[in-house]
Amino acid sequence: MPAPTPEAAPMQGLVASAHQTAGPYWHLVDFPEWADTTRHFAGNLPPGERIVLTGRVTDGSGAPVADAMVEIWHADPKGEYPDPNGPAEEFQGYGRCATKADGSFRFVTLKPGPVPLGDRARANSRQAPHVALAIFARGLLQHLCTRLYFEGEALNETDPVLGAVPPERRGTLVARQVEPGTWNLDLRLQGEGETVWMAV
Amino acid sequence: MSETVPGYRRPGLLTQPPYNAPDYGSTRLRHPQQELLRLPHTLTETSAPRFSPQRYPARADLTVQADGSAAMGERIIVAGRVLDEDGRPVRNTMVEVWQANAAGRYNHPGDDHDAPLDPNFQGMGRVFTDAEGWYRFVTIRPGAYPWRNHKDAWRPNHIHYSVFGAGFAQRMITQMYFPGDPLLALDPIFHATPDEAARNRLISKFDLELTQPEWALGYRFDIVLRGREATPMEDNH
Repeated sequence: MPAPTPEAAPMQGLVASAHQTAGPYWHLVDFPEWADTTRHFAGNLPPGERIVLTGRVTDGSGAPVADAMVEIWHADPKGEYPDPNGPAEEFQGYGRCATKADGSFRFVTLKPGPVPLGDRARANSRQAPHVALAIFARGLLQHLCTRLYFEGEALNETDPVLGAVPPERRGTLVARQVEPGTWNLDLRLQGEGETVWMAV
Repeated sequence: MSETVPGYRRPGLLTQPPYNAPDYGSTRLRHPQQELLRLPHTLTETSAPRFSPQRYPARADLTVQADGSAAMGERIIVAGRVLDEDGRPVRNTMVEVWQANAAGRYNHPGDDHDAPLDPNFQGMGRVFTDAEGWYRFVTIRPGAYPWRNHKDAWRPNHIHYSVFGAGFAQRMITQMYFPGDPLLALDPIFHATPDEAARNRLISKFDLELTQPEWALGYRFDIVLRGREATPMEDNH
């Protein structure tokens, strides 16, 4: 049997479908309660700190982006993600929030813990606590991705993603505690102070 | 930065639309001007939220209200599979859809198109894939509508799709189009994807196999999410 050539195409040759904009009418799938990831846990919240995440999304002219869908995804306070085969009633650090007329969003969630880096060579290394952000909107043919970090975390100093960002732009990823338990990070799609957007 | 867990394959340059697409006016002030930071995939990107049908109840028939009232327009069946690039079914994943009504009007306060709303059509659906990656819903064929992007700009008939997958890096929102639509040739959103084959895969196929006799025509629309990278070679030494 002839050996396969190194150039052999992937087995099925399928190519990921093209993204398209969510458009201005995505609110048909907006469910405001999704902005609170703790909503399923009345008196039995998993241990951890309940926090509020806020921010404003603005465009290249500084105008508010009033029609964006903001999504968050993050680990639980222990730094763990739910087991794909575990009970669906586990805490899920997923939320969705529509921006308001002033471009603002607001989530209620639990502060994530440090997530393992997953690097064999550095088995005990952990990423700084962070939240994945995805922004969908009219004018975004694909969603924009970035991460939110928390100011003052010791692990921020060694986090490989933060470390790959030029120091002068790192601040666009680091939320500040504006009042106890409330963390704010503004997002700039374009121009001065543009958020460090990530190719995920 | 060293790579960590095996992540997802990166998209081919021309198979995805760019952020900056001058023919689509809304991209002008919304596309990043700085180069994107390439993010290595970690557990954050390779894990994804789970949506249980108990907490996220399915709504697979958009055409009938709870009281039995029926929406106006041409009823259609839309079904397909959600697969990854290796052809593996993406199981138990949530698929959300939303769309305009038969007259080309969204049930949305921001839509001021002079076309009638249908009190019996909200235009929102939610279904889950089965063990083979299949999903299916029943809806009304959406109408075209004008959108002011350029002279005589009308969006081709389309249904919006939101899919999660098994890793947050697979998250995607796209649109399903209909075969033979003359507006496709003129649509800058459809044409933003440079690769012709890639954009044509967003056009559903008319499918008699999905058609239910004497009741509704069927359309097939498959969605492919990113596949996993090969596991890094182990060093034996």
